[in-house]
Amino acid sequence: MIPDDERVDSMSAQQLSVVLGGRAVVDAVDADLRGGRLTAILGPNGAGKSSLIRVLAGIGRPASGALSWAGEDWFATSRRDRARVAALVEQDVNAELPLTVRMAVALGRTPHASFLAGPSRRDDEVIDAAMADAGVTGFAHRQISTLSGGERQRAHLARALAQEPRLLLLDEPTNHLDVLAQLTTLALVRDLATRNGLAVVAALHDLNLAVAFADHVVVLDAGRVRASGPPAEVLTPDLILRVWHVAATVLTHPVSGAPVITFDRPERTHP
Amino acid sequence: MRTARPPRILLASITLAAALLASIAAAVTFGPADIRFDEVWASIGSHLGLGATPLSPLRDGIVWELRLPRVLTAAAVGAGLAISGAVMQAITRNPLADPYLLGLSSGASLGAVAVLVLGVSVLLPAAAFLGALVALAATLLIAGSGSALTPSRMILAGIAVSSLGAALTSFVIFWTATGDSYREIISWLLGSLAGARWPAVAIAVAAVVVIGIPLMIGGRVLDAFAFGDTSAAALGVSVARTRWVMLVGTALLTGGMVSVSGSIGFVGLILPHAVRLIVGAQHRALLPLAALSGAIFLIWCDTAARALFDPRELPVGIVTAVIGAPVFVLLLMRSRRFA
Repeated sequence: MIPDDERVDSMSAQQLSVVLGGRAVVDAVDADLRGGRLTAILGPNGAGKSSLIRVLAGIGRPASGALSWAGEDWFATSRRDRARVAALVEQDVNAELPLTVRMAVALGRTPHASFLAGPSRRDDEVIDAAMADAGVTGFAHRQISTLSGGERQRAHLARALAQEPRLLLLDEPTNHLDVLAQLTTLALVRDLATRNGLAVVAALHDLNLAVAFADHVVVLDAGRVRASGPPAEVLTPDLILRVWHVAATVLTHPVSGAPVITFDRPERTHP
Repeated sequence: MRTARPPRILLASITLAAALLASIAAAVTFGPADIRFDEVWASIGSHLGLGATPLSPLRDGIVWELRLPRVLTAAAVGAGLAISGAVMQAITRNPLADPYLLGLSSGASLGAVAVLVLGVSVLLPAAAFLGALVALAATLLIAGSGSALTPSRMILAGIAVSSLGAALTSFVIFWTATGDSYREIISWLLGSLAGARWPAVAIAVAAVVVIGIPLMIGGRVLDAFAFGDTSAAALGVSVARTRWVMLVGTALLTGGMVSVSGSIGFVGLILPHAVRLIVGAQHRALLPLAALSGAIFLIWCDTAARALFDPRELPVGIVTAVIGAPVFVLLLMRSRRFA
């Protein structure tokens, strides 16, 4: 399932730190985000998941540390070149001005567009394929603002795919989605990683979704990596207690045999 | 099905360009002096080297020195304000952004009036630009201080800056005017094209060509701002540089427009929204079509301002406000973020 080919592109972070307002929100993070793999970034609120995702996307520079893509310094390339490699799906963004789904998806071609020429036939093909992959072709001409949360998330995903990225970064892609939409969204990106060799990185809150879909997890706490590795090995009751301050029991699913994390009621009613 | 739908955009451009020429041709024939349609065009033709004018020098002067420059200034100012409004709406992600509502026009008026009072009218466009830039900076600074730059804070800050600019403009005129200061105050605050002669045409057209056209060409990058700065950056756009260039560009353009017409409101609000309804929000199509329709719109607003209560003349800003204020209310009701 995980391609072991050394030529698969990957993003590698070494001692990466991001400072916001004098505080290291990402603190000396080492991570290896490989192509063909879905890596989940886990951690409590304020752990630095979004900040890490942003710096991986090449928006804003790290205060220190190194970040490389396919062995090359990530920040030695232009912003536009980075946008041809990495696509970002933010959480919960909307357009204030009227925009149809297809127009929104077409924005994904921005880093590939020449300055003066209009969209080419190939752009149209890529846009159509991205919409088909994300399952938004059926409402291509609806306004973004009229979509449900799940539909909108898919439209943003289609926009990211239209960038033809090698690295797909998702900031809490399952936020505000119903169960079916959560599962289909993650199944889709999981499939893109397996099928197309994309390096998919998703910040997630739901540990069971991470267990079900991720090949690799990185657990952040106060900006630091507390653990990383295959989810079933990393997400132990001990680690969950230390990082999330919740007592958890890991059960075994009676049918699939997969681990299922359940949480005890906290003793305190506020953190 | 295609992204650009080029035939529809091309058709709209050709239609609007033809309508603009027709509007210019028709608007010059309106006016208090009773000059026939064919006489008007024979007169204009004579100045372009086509035959002799059928009119007396006085009536010929009315056409060539008063009406035509006024109509051409209206067209250029309308185009410039519509481009400014469309660019500002995209770059601030605020559907209610407009050079008038965010205080740029009022700042530009103050700059213009200040140099007129000081007697250095050669600096008029530069001073208006500087005024617009200072007003824009003030609005954004006030709106962004201590919290996020939300559309509502931006509009409120714009009202504050606008009111102060209008008060100072009025005061400078009141303090220095020898004659009818009220008429002059009104023409700056509500906008008027009554004084537009050939130098005004030169300034307004030059501003549209030199600043407006590059803004239109560079403006296609504005599409990437639809989902905000982070999203634009993730699409490979240099957000800070783009914002800076675009905002200075709109301040320059607004300054140029206000220096010849005073603060005409709502043109930058109405036309971009109207055009978006027809061709969508893609700036490659939106900006040129908004410019063309802004030109047509202001020509007819100014013609109405001249003709409705003939021989008395309304400041054109009253006409644009009567149309624009309801549009503003409509946009306010539709916008989720003002709920």
